Amino acid sequence: MTSLPKDVDTTLELLGDGDYLADRSLATALYLAISLKKPLFLEGEAGVGKTEIAKVLSKMLDRNLLRLQCYEGLDVTTAVYEWNYSRQMIEIRLAEAVQGKSRDSLESDIFNDTFLIKRPLLQALEQNEGGPPVLLIDELDRTDEPFEAFLLEVLSDFQITIPELGTITATEPPLVIITSNRTREIHDALKRRCFYHWVDYPSAKRELEILSVKAPTAAATLSREVVDFVQKLRGMDLFKVPGVAETIDWAHALVQLDCLSLDPVMVNDTLGTLLKYQDDIAKLQGSEANRILNEVKMEQASVSS
Amino acid sequence: MSDLFTDTSSRGLLSENILHFARVLRRAGLPVGPGQVLDALRAVLKVGLSNRDDFYWALHAVFVKRLAQREIFNQAFFIFWRNPEILERMMQLVLPDISDPTNAPKESEDVLRRVTEALSSNSSNGEERVEEEVEFDASLTWSSNELFGEKDFEKMSTEEIQLAISAVRRIKLPQNLVQIRRFKVSNIGKRIDMRRTMRAVLRSSADFIPLMKRERLKRRPPLVILCDISGSMERYSRMLLHFMHSVTNDRDRVHTFLFGTCLTNVTRYLRYKDVDQALEKVGQAATDWSGGTRIGRSLADFNKLWSRRVLTQGAVVLFISDGLDRDEANGLSAEIQRLHRSCRRLIWLNPLLRYEGFEPKSIGIRTILPHVDEFKTIHNLNSIERLVDILNTDGKQDISQ
Repeated sequence: MTSLPKDVDTTLELLGDGDYLADRSLATALYLAISLKKPLFLEGEAGVGKTEIAKVLSKMLDRNLLRLQCYEGLDVTTAVYEWNYSRQMIEIRLAEAVQGKSRDSLESDIFNDTFLIKRPLLQALEQNEGGPPVLLIDELDRTDEPFEAFLLEVLSDFQITIPELGTITATEPPLVIITSNRTREIHDALKRRCFYHWVDYPSAKRELEILSVKAPTAAATLSREVVDFVQKLRGMDLFKVPGVAETIDWAHALVQLDCLSLDPVMVNDTLGTLLKYQDDIAKLQGSEANRILNEVKMEQASVSS
Repeated sequence: MSDLFTDTSSRGLLSENILHFARVLRRAGLPVGPGQVLDALRAVLKVGLSNRDDFYWALHAVFVKRLAQREIFNQAFFIFWRNPEILERMMQLVLPDISDPTNAPKESEDVLRRVTEALSSNSSNGEERVEEEVEFDASLTWSSNELFGEKDFEKMSTEEIQLAISAVRRIKLPQNLVQIRRFKVSNIGKRIDMRRTMRAVLRSSADFIPLMKRERLKRRPPLVILCDISGSMERYSRMLLHFMHSVTNDRDRVHTFLFGTCLTNVTRYLRYKDVDQALEKVGQAATDWSGGTRIGRSLADFNKLWSRRVLTQGAVVLFISDGLDRDEANGLSAEIQRLHRSCRRLIWLNPLLRYEGFEPKSIGIRTILPHVDEFKTIHNLNSIERLVDILNTDGKQDISQ
């Protein structure tokens, strides 16, 4: 079992070892969340690497990753626990076959651990080998307010009540990462219980570093041009500007097409990996893309000369 | 405690005063019942009269139940429990101000106005006023209200506007419900609730298994209101603000945006329970009252910054505008299409539709028209009430689907 980071620097190092290049602000928030045992609430545009943090954290700390993907209508039976009804039915039938068994003992027989199906939230509170797990509650904004309210109890006391069994409390709280794409505002009461961090798009320098780690096969010139091109797109008036995930995808796509340096035809053909809205693609395709590409080439030339 | 009601000494006078104070508060809009008057008496007897602050907070604890009521209570307290002579003079000073319609009270004095109005009807020579109030009520009853309901907001006098506002505030939007993915216990539901079934098995000693049922829960979809506040819409938008305020406080998940030359999110301000306070904040927040209209740009802002945050979970959009665009519908087409695609239902409310033989000549109107699900007028009280029906049919369609 890898020990928890002792300060911000080791947190940064830990993420770096897991191929996640984070800003110091993010590492600070993460370190605080780990050391003070509070959930970390990450908000940001799609594709900036919110979910990835939890994955890297579980990998580097050698902890289990429990992922709860949120959706509308998520309820206790899919998030916390469910009874195994078919097995319970069989048990009742068997009990009826045996004469003289009392109904009271039947109740305690069928409502016990063996018939309990544990879902992520309950699993997270249990004793895990190798220390408390990483609990990822992904895209919390997709669920509705009642579930959010339920989470309040779980996240502040780390305990869950099952009527048939009693209250289950975590001996050691899990490392909780909550992500949101902000398609709806999360209530202040929940945010208050967490450390909040807005995950922003990375700077050009940082993005180039990320690309060298995530797409090492791309030529150095290509990576630089890709990053500059994407950074320029983020300054434009688009409906959805590309995230880091799109940058990496684009670099991979270009490598696959044996591209060593950006050219207008290639850019126009692969715009779909970068922009996901038809309006945005139509706006950029052709002359606008060429203009940006020329700017990028000019800047590259002036830097290298 | 029993001597509280029998004692005719100074304590009796105090209870009478507290009773009067409670009445003043009730007239000023605080929900004060007889139970609270008794509570207040007991509270005051407990804390004693030696300390003015204690007295204030004792009454405060009993009468104020919400933050929004605090200001009204505060004003009423300091006017009422001051020297009664000052109170009388005060009323004489303020009263002519209210009855004179040309001298409209300033926004900041609104709360004070409500308190003094409440106090004035409490005064001994208030019999005339009471009668006036009765007449006022009669004019609001439905039978005589029909003509009034058809009258255009634009042609109403200041007095009629006040009447219309109070009528608008009473309109309740229907519970247009849509199915969500949650379940509730039901005897006629189609799905089996295994959890309850298992419990029932254990409870009953019968040989068969009683099946328990559940069904899908229904919930109101979020409502997003986009309201034009440009010069041409001035008369309507001020009226509609009252409508928006009452809707916001009536149901959850309502988001309100105002636009003229730019877009302003006023959702948070409209959540203030006190209408005067809410409208004052809204007035400060939006900077482009009665100016030009740039529908295309405002919608672009909305689509880019807000649509992904407020149009989730099947939102219904009320788009209130006359469609007269200063930018000659520049960039409007693409934006209204995107808005239409991102919501469940787009309802356009246009006061211009009141004219018979209205033809969509303006380029802005022609651009928007093909992309809305519903096109309705909203120029008088009856049209707002019909809006209720529109939203109702929406709900029925969805349930049958």
